[in-house]
Amino acid sequence: MTIPNFEALNVGDEIPSFTTEPVSRLTLALYATGSGDHHPLHLDQDYVRSKGMKDVFAHGMLGMAYLGRLLTQWVPQGAIRSFGVRFTAITWIGESMVCTGKVVEKLEQNGEKCVRLELTCANEQGEAKHKADAVVALA
Amino acid sequence: MLIDKKHIGMKVPPHAVTPTAWQLKWFAKATGETNPIYFDEAAASKAGLPGVLVPPTFFFCMDMDKDEPFDYIATMGCDFAKMLHGEQIFTYHKPVYSGDTLDFDGQVTDIYDKKNGALQFIVKDVKVSRQGEAVCDLRTVIVIRA
Repeated sequence: MTIPNFEALNVGDEIPSFTTEPVSRLTLALYATGSGDHHPLHLDQDYVRSKGMKDVFAHGMLGMAYLGRLLTQWVPQGAIRSFGVRFTAITWIGESMVCTGKVVEKLEQNGEKCVRLELTCANEQGEAKHKADAVVALA
Repeated sequence: MLIDKKHIGMKVPPHAVTPTAWQLKWFAKATGETNPIYFDEAAASKAGLPGVLVPPTFFFCMDMDKDEPFDYIATMGCDFAKMLHGEQIFTYHKPVYSGDTLDFDGQVTDIYDKKNGALQFIVKDVKVSRQGEAVCDLRTVIVIRA
């Protein structure tokens, strides 16, 4: 994987996006195993109904992991300097996550040429579930 | 009830985690990862890596990998049912791999509220190191609803 050229990038440029498969109960079971988070809110429909909710919902960190994949499909992971997310809405079963990112700033940080990216994980209706930003060092 | 700010500075009991290729394989499957350096030991080895590469957000999973990951919230007298994960921030220093032993050392660094206490925020900062070398910092912001 080659690191994108700093000089060739401009504020407003988009990085390659993707849309996930719809989040399913199986996705959440797999994420529970992979993450170690077996909270019943994500797995047990009887439990969530007893709490007055309509259905189980996705782990917030699943969406952040999708955005992590968006970054590591664009640059080698070692180029990521920081990565932060705000959780803004719940992701429900059946929603596909549209993961997009764009350059919002070009900067020098600790002597490295970097770009700041704004990343969004949204459903197909455009409702943002997670808003993130990342600083990536470029060649 | 507002959380007592005396808890700012509270140390979280440290713990150590050794990520396994087995768990990372399930994490990759769950997140749709197709690059084999994240789940296949042979592919990682062929790429010159000492183990399967730990992906960017897996540090959070390892931070939670202890008996009582929210003991610090309980100590503050907060109701778990009112707890939300508000923000998560990572700062990266070095890549880490399956088989590395990582030390997690955390502390509550801020407590503040908004909307006259309707939302309270607890900030926990964790330093992750491998044999004393810093590899990653985590900041977890937990929101407590009134």
